[in-house]
Amino acid sequence: MSTPLTGAARLEARFAMRKAQNQAAFIAYIMGGDPDVKSAQNLLDGLPDAGADVIELGLPFTDPMADGPAIQAAALRALNAGVRTKDVLAMAAKFRKKDVTTPLIVMGYYNPIHHMGCEAFTTACIESGVDGAIIVDLPPEEDAPLRAAFDGAGLALIRLATPTTDDQRLPTVVAGTSGFVYYVSVAGITGALVPDADPVERAVRRIRNASGLPVAVGFGIKTEEKAAQIARVADGVVVGSAIVDAMAQNGVEHALELTRHLSNAVHTAREEAAQ
Amino acid sequence: MSKAPQQDIWPDARGRFGEFGGRYVAETLMPLILELEGAWDEARNDPAFTAQMDGFLRDYVGRPSVLYHAERLSEEFGGAKIWLKRDELNHTGSHKINNCLGQVLLAKRMGKTRIIAETGAGQHGVATATLAARFGLPCVVFMGATDIERQQPNVFRMKLLGAEVVPVTSGTGTLKDAMNEALRDWVTHVDETFYVIGTAAGPHPYPHMVRTFQSVIGREARAQILEREGRLPDACVACIGGGSNAIGLFHAFVPDENVRLIGVEAAGKGIETGKHAASLKGGAPGVLHGNRTYLLQDKDGQITDAHSISAGLDYPGIGPEHAYLNDIGRAEYVSATDKEALDMFQLCAKLEGIIPALEPAHALARVADLARELGPKGLIIMNMCGRGDKDVFAVAGHLGVEI
Ligand SMILES: Cc1ncc(COP(=O)(O)O)c(C=O)c1O
Repeated sequence: MSTPLTGAARLEARFAMRKAQNQAAFIAYIMGGDPDVKSAQNLLDGLPDAGADVIELGLPFTDPMADGPAIQAAALRALNAGVRTKDVLAMAAKFRKKDVTTPLIVMGYYNPIHHMGCEAFTTACIESGVDGAIIVDLPPEEDAPLRAAFDGAGLALIRLATPTTDDQRLPTVVAGTSGFVYYVSVAGITGALVPDADPVERAVRRIRNASGLPVAVGFGIKTEEKAAQIARVADGVVVGSAIVDAMAQNGVEHALELTRHLSNAVHTAREEAAQ
Repeated sequence: MSKAPQQDIWPDARGRFGEFGGRYVAETLMPLILELEGAWDEARNDPAFTAQMDGFLRDYVGRPSVLYHAERLSEEFGGAKIWLKRDELNHTGSHKINNCLGQVLLAKRMGKTRIIAETGAGQHGVATATLAARFGLPCVVFMGATDIERQQPNVFRMKLLGAEVVPVTSGTGTLKDAMNEALRDWVTHVDETFYVIGTAAGPHPYPHMVRTFQSVIGREARAQILEREGRLPDACVACIGGGSNAIGLFHAFVPDENVRLIGVEAAGKGIETGKHAASLKGGAPGVLHGNRTYLLQDKDGQITDAHSISAGLDYPGIGPEHAYLNDIGRAEYVSATDKEALDMFQLCAKLEGIIPALEPAHALARVADLARELGPKGLIIMNMCGRGDKDVFAVAGHLGVEI
């Protein structure tokens, strides 16, 4: 076998694989180090077997301005357990020792990265087997330093498109992006409002045309039914708050069980729609 | 000190003051911020908008505020002549209304139908609720649960004015958490909502907008001191929470090379104790609430808790223009402790018959030193940016008095 793909290429390969099967990819978000590193590592390590195609690993931050109560609480639990950025990257490194095919990206806020330095953060991502990042408060207007470092390393700096991103702005958002585009399905915070499939379908088409990349949809998707609906119109479906809540309330096994149900719903959605 | 720069060359088109400022917001907000920037550029170049502002500043806010020679404080400190810019006499009791007026008029102009704001001491919340009432707009104010506790009179005032006050329990329940919650509200109500930010921070164009609205303070003060003293002051002094009253006083004086500009941060229990709100003197550059500026943070870039006796200064950041003025050496930044502020609060009341807010009481502590340093020939303008009515319960508590 040839050397495994890394970075943006590893992400693109997974989306291509699902596409070839006429399936949407299932993307699971968990908070790094929530409620402690050991439990979170067990959850992370179990996600591929539970059907996660891509993993988003949250970097805890004290001021998560775009997140709803579930993910705010998760970040606080991790921080209170003493978890910092380097600990979450260490979780990724451990994961990568066992799994070289599942793409893993980190998701967080800019200040801890700014503090570490964009170059140092990029190096740390490479060393930990992280393939990309979504930095919520780093719009295209401000992401040049991190983008330059990521581009040089073949890592994907994934941009967000939202219901407020109009046609005029969309080219700015998708310019020079790689891996996939994340469509924030509702104007709001994570885990609050639930998206309707119809406007999402139109948006996905628009973004796919503008970017030439797969489009994953997240924010507010919590049930198998909703995940399946979105899977029929998007290239990927992201679930975060629901898994984070399951982890908080009932622990690792329960969160993995939910992941299995959701990923199954996503992977079989188009087949079922065709019947 | 470096050569005094012209004051209107920054921010640049990207909202930068040197290396500071910018627009670090989630993509959902980015189009809104660009829309706001467009509306702001248009409004500030429209004489009709300026005329409307001026009319309300005169008839509703009560401007110009007077410049008052604080004779007994000057005597007490035994040095320079101290002039107080009496922005505490404005309607609602602080400088905050200068900015709220501008932003609410802009909101009306943009056709927005709902106003939101964050507040710490409650002064910005009260000023926003006041203007929302005046212009018939519904208003929601986010306020940290800790601050609600220590600023009860203002909470009641906001409710009387028809605003909804939403307690924020996340984080430390103070100003930064209220700002997080206001941003969360804004991303959820993108079409109809105007977010009135209360200090010279946040994403571009807020720092520029707030500075512009507050700069009336320094423009008036500069003309007033020239009229009364026939010369410019040796120093302008103001307290710093996010920096709006300070930048408001400083702005007109920035090109006046020989006028020292001095910002006073809250040192809380002392900078060395770690329990303070002095972002410039005790922080490092970082990104929070839409701008790059100095922040209180740990070595992982996690924001650390600010501490100040004054809810209005209890913020772990500072407006980006102050970060810039500090870096280029045009302004000086010092600090005052909780204890010093409490002492000055009482001293000012006893000697001048003016009960200051706890925020400007911090500035007064450094005015005392500076007056001695400058000597009898010196001239100082201090921004008396708020009155202490809101603080009397909290101060009584600190002094062990039951009321
Ligand atoms: C009277 C008064 N002064 C100062 C401040 C601090 O804000 P800024 O630094 O923006 O003037 C506040 C904030 O609530 C205030 O109420």
